Amino acid sequence: MLDLTPAKLAERSALRVNPCKTCQPVGAMYAALGVHRCLPHSHGSQGCASYHRTLLSRHFKEPAAASTSSFTEGASVFGGGANLKASVRNVFDIYNPDIIAVHTTCLSETIGDDLKAFIQDIDIPEGKLVVHTNTPSYVGSHINGFYNMMTGFISYLAKSAGTPNGKLAVFPGFVNPGDMREIKRILKAFGADFTLFPDTSGVLDAPMTGRYEMYPSGGTTLAEIAGLGDCTATLALGELTSDEPANALKRKHGVPYRLLPLPIGVSFTDRLMIALSKEKKVEVPTELEEERGQLVDVMLDAHFHYSGKKAAVFGDPDTVLGLAGLVLEMGMIPKYLLTGTSGSAFVKLAENLFRRHEVKDCLARESADLFELHQLIKNGKVDILIGTSYGKQIAKAEDIPFVRAGIPVLDRYGHSYFPIVGYRGGLRMLERISDALLDRQDRDAADEDLELVM
Amino acid sequence: MRQVAIYGKGGIGKSTTTQNLTAGLGEMGKKIMIVGCDPKADSTRLILGGLAQRTVLDTLREEGEDIELDLVMKDGFAGIKCVESGGPEPGVGCAGRGIITSIGLLERLGAYTDPLDYVFYDVLGDVVCGGFAMPIREGKAREIYIVASGEMMALYAANNISKGIQKYANTGGVRLGGIICNSRKVDGEAELVSAFAKELGSQMIHFVPRDNMVQRAEINKKTVIDFNPECAQANEYRALAGKIDQNGMFVIPKPLKQERLEELLMEHGLLEAV
Repeated sequence: MLDLTPAKLAERSALRVNPCKTCQPVGAMYAALGVHRCLPHSHGSQGCASYHRTLLSRHFKEPAAASTSSFTEGASVFGGGANLKASVRNVFDIYNPDIIAVHTTCLSETIGDDLKAFIQDIDIPEGKLVVHTNTPSYVGSHINGFYNMMTGFISYLAKSAGTPNGKLAVFPGFVNPGDMREIKRILKAFGADFTLFPDTSGVLDAPMTGRYEMYPSGGTTLAEIAGLGDCTATLALGELTSDEPANALKRKHGVPYRLLPLPIGVSFTDRLMIALSKEKKVEVPTELEEERGQLVDVMLDAHFHYSGKKAAVFGDPDTVLGLAGLVLEMGMIPKYLLTGTSGSAFVKLAENLFRRHEVKDCLARESADLFELHQLIKNGKVDILIGTSYGKQIAKAEDIPFVRAGIPVLDRYGHSYFPIVGYRGGLRMLERISDALLDRQDRDAADEDLELVM
Repeated sequence: MRQVAIYGKGGIGKSTTTQNLTAGLGEMGKKIMIVGCDPKADSTRLILGGLAQRTVLDTLREEGEDIELDLVMKDGFAGIKCVESGGPEPGVGCAGRGIITSIGLLERLGAYTDPLDYVFYDVLGDVVCGGFAMPIREGKAREIYIVASGEMMALYAANNISKGIQKYANTGGVRLGGIICNSRKVDGEAELVSAFAKELGSQMIHFVPRDNMVQRAEINKKTVIDFNPECAQANEYRALAGKIDQNGMFVIPKPLKQERLEELLMEHGLLEAV
């Protein structure tokens, strides 16, 4: 298992091995699935759409519907205008969504298809909508695709009637439906009237009813997206994920926004509580204070098991930063923080965290890959690895306890139904990290040292 | 079978020269195919007598991938086989990909299996992207002639094309056969183009003088040899055809540095004008 990964790190410029990111359209597709009765549409060859749908289905264990412009050799020479036109007609005829959210692919970007002009020229049926965003995968990652698609929805659909609707716009970041449910629960506890955008809960965690619904009940409605322009403020969760769409909404309709970290762990969730308390001008609800107290309680109860242990965390930038915050609060040392998505802001935010918690010899890497993470681990052991399924071979090769978190997790079930955000999500992650460490201690204990009480 | 690609600055007379020279080769009894690699699809007009040729890509678009060779290939003057690759309308799609698709399709359809002495690729303008380099990639055209004149921009373009040849020289085995000077009646033109070609490590293979006969023939949708076989210009094209047929000088060009190119222009062109 990955026996040939050398410990010696070498400078690499053009090679990525075991990448820690995927294509922009995966993010765009996920964002579009978080809109009620929306069908994501991939403007490119069929293979792109198949791969992106497959990845989402393997993570959520749910069907991920999407259509494609089915480029042929001809379309790549003559441009994809005719294909998009036929696609839009067929998709509305056959699958009848309320809106088609088009994202581009490397092929259509390289030949320079002008999506805006194409869409203007298409006869869109009365009451139906088509929006688009540009998602070339040779730039950025699925995180860029996710927020580009959000920005596409906003620039096409968000309107301002001039009268504030008293609602709070909340952008959840690139998180699971379970996290979106948890964020909504917190907002409701504050008595907030809000629009969560996008919202994949009720879509990618829709219940089994015995009947296939192409468009399940979940998702942000088109009326809600149109109303974004009249919201009193935006809470943009995920500093590297939600800034762009929040900024677009501000530029377009003057909606002010607060940029917050993903609410993972105690202090980052506190930030959300304080922001909500200020926006709604109410105290933090007792039930949430209680949950915070519980998280801190368990943290203290078990701290001697994980205090000083070293962790490597990898995945999407905001998820990694949030988990790093939690790990630090537990008294652990996040020795390596790594993301495949590019952006020096990730390193800056990670280093702020290291400073605030006064930990030394920790390293944050952006635009990096898991081959490098493996090499780093070979040079300086960690006690636990936290990240997506793509870390499992490293965990096995190095015999390190492994906790799955983030997207994608392709080899376990049920994870996307539970949160890692909020105090409840923090408690869940705390339990899983502590379980992994204690399981390892049990596994390695001599019979006479196997403790019943730990 | 010799595969030859003709490059050169836009408007320099690539298509006119290619057709007139292939008419000369055709007259010598050579079996020739011309593949027009230009979305404008005007590379075979003189050979076909203005017959509007259905392009490979238009046919592909309308008929699907299951097409017959004779739908896209027409015989013209001296039995020269003519194919136009065609391409998208301006500002849309990818013309470079079009050339790749088109040449790939011609190969699949067996366009090259007939006993041919020559295949000529008439390629639009500069080697701007991978698609326009297709005729010189993967060992297709092994010899290139650049059409140029004594005008500055024509020589800039020729130098730039040489960079493209140099790039593919090792992988595709392509070599520069020479510069065809299509005269614009610039001062010191023959000397300048000769000196430039020498500097590249190549030769000016022929100096084609400027003659209104070419335009007259074009208006009549004919090559000069076809339109007026007795005239002096027809003999010039016969001479060019003969030189290319006998050519033994194939080199990897050494493109000039910008400064050197400008120096050369000063030495030959401008100084003599003063």
